[in-house]
Amino acid sequence: MNTVHVLLWVVYPYLAITILIGGLIWRYRYDKFGWTTRSTQLYETALLRWGSPLFHFGVLMVLIGHVVGLLIPKSWTEAVGITEHSYHFMAVFIGTVAGFCTLAGMVILIARRRFTGPVFAATTRNDKAMYVFLAAVIVLGLWNTVRGNITEGGYDYRADLSPWFRSLFYFSPDPELMTSVPIGFQLHVVAAFALFAFWPFTRLVHAFSAPIGYVTRPYVVYRSHGTGPRPSRPGWEGPPTLPTRSSSRSRR
Amino acid sequence: MRVMAQMAMVMNLDKCIGCHTCSVTCKQAWTNRSGVEYVWFNNVETRPGQGYPRTYENQQRWQGGWVRTRSGRLKPRSGGRLKRMFTVFANPKLPSMQDYYEPWTYDYEHLITAPSSDDIPVARPKSLLTGEDMKITWSANWDDSLAGGNEITAGDPVLAKVSEQVRQEYEKTFMFFLPRICEHCLNPSCAASCPSGAIYKRSEDGIVLVDQDRCRGWRMCITGCPYKKVYFNHRTGKAEKCTFCFPRIEIGQPTICSETCVGRLRYLGLLFYDSDRVAEAAATEAEQELYAAQRSVFLDPHDPDVVAAARAGGIPDDWIEAAQQSPIWDLIMKYEVALPLHPEYRTMPMVWYIPPLSPVVDVLRDTGHDGEEAGNLFGAIDALRIPVDYLAELFTAGDPAPVRAALGRLAAMRAYQRRSNLGETPDDAIPASVGMTADEMDDMYRLLAVAKYEQRYVIPAAHAEDAHRLEKIATECSLDYVGGPGMGGGGPYGQGPFGESSGTPVPIQVETFDAQRSRQRADSLTEAGDPAQRTNLIDAGGAGDRTGARPRKDPAGEGGDVTGPGVLDINRDQP
Repeated sequence: MNTVHVLLWVVYPYLAITILIGGLIWRYRYDKFGWTTRSTQLYETALLRWGSPLFHFGVLMVLIGHVVGLLIPKSWTEAVGITEHSYHFMAVFIGTVAGFCTLAGMVILIARRRFTGPVFAATTRNDKAMYVFLAAVIVLGLWNTVRGNITEGGYDYRADLSPWFRSLFYFSPDPELMTSVPIGFQLHVVAAFALFAFWPFTRLVHAFSAPIGYVTRPYVVYRSHGTGPRPSRPGWEGPPTLPTRSSSRSRR
Repeated sequence: MRVMAQMAMVMNLDKCIGCHTCSVTCKQAWTNRSGVEYVWFNNVETRPGQGYPRTYENQQRWQGGWVRTRSGRLKPRSGGRLKRMFTVFANPKLPSMQDYYEPWTYDYEHLITAPSSDDIPVARPKSLLTGEDMKITWSANWDDSLAGGNEITAGDPVLAKVSEQVRQEYEKTFMFFLPRICEHCLNPSCAASCPSGAIYKRSEDGIVLVDQDRCRGWRMCITGCPYKKVYFNHRTGKAEKCTFCFPRIEIGQPTICSETCVGRLRYLGLLFYDSDRVAEAAATEAEQELYAAQRSVFLDPHDPDVVAAARAGGIPDDWIEAAQQSPIWDLIMKYEVALPLHPEYRTMPMVWYIPPLSPVVDVLRDTGHDGEEAGNLFGAIDALRIPVDYLAELFTAGDPAPVRAALGRLAAMRAYQRRSNLGETPDDAIPASVGMTADEMDDMYRLLAVAKYEQRYVIPAAHAEDAHRLEKIATECSLDYVGGPGMGGGGPYGQGPFGESSGTPVPIQVETFDAQRSRQRADSLTEAGDPAQRTNLIDAGGAGDRTGARPRKDPAGEGGDVTGPGVLDINRDQP
C-alpha cells in the first residue's frame, strides 16, 4: 500500500463525498430558485420523448443494480441460495440491457441538445462539462460490464470492490482491496467520484428532488400566507367537523 | 360546513372592446422578462377563434382538467399519481412553443448601423429562442377580430361542438372578445398535477400560486391546467402563472388588469364557499349540472349561520363585511347573470363571465329592428340559437337555459332602462318577466353600468400581511434590498453562478413594501432624470420613487448600453 493508493482510494472518495453533501446543502440554502430540471421540452418534444425516458429509466435500473452489487454483501445473497453463477448471469444481463438503454438515451439527448437550435442555445458551459463527466462514467461502466464480464469470462467485483466501497461507510477504509481491481473498474470508480463532487453544482441536483411524496400527497395543496389562526384543513379530509384549534392547524 | 374565502373576478363581456390594455399592462408588470416572452398571464381572445395557446380547449388533445372515474371520484384527465410519476421524464401532452408562438424581436440596430447603400435597411425579425432570422407565422393574438377568417376560426374547438349549420352562420355573424386570466379554481388541477407540491391554494383568499423555490420544472401543471394558464419559463426552468396580483390585492388594490381596464368591465370581490363540499360538487355526474353544483357551494354571507361559521373559522369581521358587499356575490348569486368558463373541466373556476348580449342586439339593429325593445330582444334570444349555443358551450357545458336566462335579464334591463332614460313610465312588467323586481333591476343596472371604483372592487386588505412582511424582513439578509450589497441581485434580475436563473430572487414583499412606502410618502412625481434601476410596474402610480419603472442602465457600458429585464439581448448566452 503506497501513498497513491491511500490518496486514490481513501482521501479522494471522502473528499468527493464531502463536496457532494456539503455542496448539496450549500446549493439548497443558497440557490433553491436554481434547483430545477431546466427542462427543454418546450423547445423540442419528438426526440425527447424517446431519449429522456430511455436514459432515465435506464439509469434508474443501473442505480438499483449498483445498490444490489455494492451494498449487499456476497454472503447475504449466497445465504438465500443465489449462486455466484446465477447472480453473475443476472447482473450482467440486466446491467447490459440497462446500460445500453442509458447509453442510447444519452446519445439521443446529446445529439438533440447539439442539433436543435433553441436547445443548444440554452446549453451552458456547465452543462457541457457535466455531460463529459456523466458520459465518461456511463461509458466506462458499460465497457467494464461488456468487456470484463462477457469477453474475458467474468470478474467478481463483489470480492474486492464492493467490500472496499462498504468500508468507506464503516469509516474504516481499506485501500488494499482496490489494488487487485482491474484498471477499467478503477477508472470507472475514479470518474464516478469526480461526477459526485461535480453533482451539486450542475443541473443534476434535480435527482435529489425526485417527487416521491407525490404518490401519497393529497391532490390539492393549501398553504397560508400569514401567521394568523386561519384553519387550512382541505375539504376532502373526511367528514365535516367543527373546527378546533388543534386539528385545524395540523396541516400547513 | 367549513367557510373559506375566495377572491374572485367577474368580467362583463358586453363591455369588452378587445383593446388589450389589460394584457399589455399585465405583461409590463409580470412577464416582461427573458424566458417568459411568449407568456401572457392575461390575454384577450377573439371568439370564435382558436385561443392561446392554439386549441387549448380541446381536452381530448391536451388532457387538462379532471375526469370523473366510474367510482364517482375525480382524477386528473392526464392520469393519476402513478401514471404521472412514469411520464415525468417526458410529458406526453405538453404544448410546444409553436402552439403558443415563437417569440421574436426586431434587429432595430441594423437600421442605424447599416452601411450606406441604395436599399433601405430593414429591421429583420429575430427569434428570441435562437437569435436566428425567423418568419413570423403566429402570435398570441394572430386571429384578433377574426383575422384569418374561416380558415382559422374553423379550428375553434368550441365551434366544433355546435352543429354544422350553426357553425357556418356563426362564422358570418358573431364575434366577441374573451379576456382570460388564471381561474384560481376551487379545485385546481394544476396544483393536483404538480409532483413537487409547489403549486398551492392560499387558504386566506384562494389565490393559486407557484412557489418558485419548490418548483422543480417537472412541467406537469401545464398539462393539468385545462385553461393552459400555467406557463413554463424556459430560461429559469420554472412554472409561472397569473398571481391575481397578490401584492396589490393584499393591500386592497385591484389587479393590474382590472385597474387599467378601459371598459371597466371587471369586478373583484370575495365569495364565501363551503370547502367541505367542493370535491363532492366537482364530481357531479352530469356535466351540465356542474354550473348549478358550483353555485350550491357558495355560501350566503348575509346568512347568520354562515357568518358564525366564518367567524369560527377565523375569518376577520371586515372580510365578512367585504363578502356581504361583494359585487361577485350579486352578479353570480343574486342577479344570476355571471357564468363560469367551462365548468365541464370540473376545476370550479372562479373567474366568471357575463355573456355578451351585443351579438343579439347587433343582429336586430342590422336587420332594421329596434335592438332595445324588450319583445324584440326576447324573441331574438329565443330565435337566435347560434350565439346561445356557442355561449352555452363556453359557459354551461352546452346547456342553453342558463345562458338564455342571463341574456334575458340583460335584455330586460336594457329595455327597462331605456324607458326610464326617455322619461317614459317604467314598465314593471319587464323586470317581472325575468323574475326580478323593479328595484332589483335598478340595482343591477347601477352595478353593471355606473358602479364606481369602490363598488366594482371590494377588496379587504390582508391581515397577516404586515406580520408576514416583518417576518420576511427579519429572516432575509438586511442587505438584500434592490441594488444592495447582499446577494439579492440574483434570480431573474441578475447573474448567479449557475446562469441567470440562479441565486436568490428579491423577496417580493420587501420590494413592494419599499416601493409602496416611497409612493405613499412622496410629495412630487418622478423626474425624468432620476437614476433608473429595474422594472417594477406592479404598483407604479406616478408618484414617489419610481426608479424601478425603467430598465437598469449598465454602469460599465459606454453610450447608454441598456441591459436588464425587459431589454432583450438575443446575444446573451450564445455559445
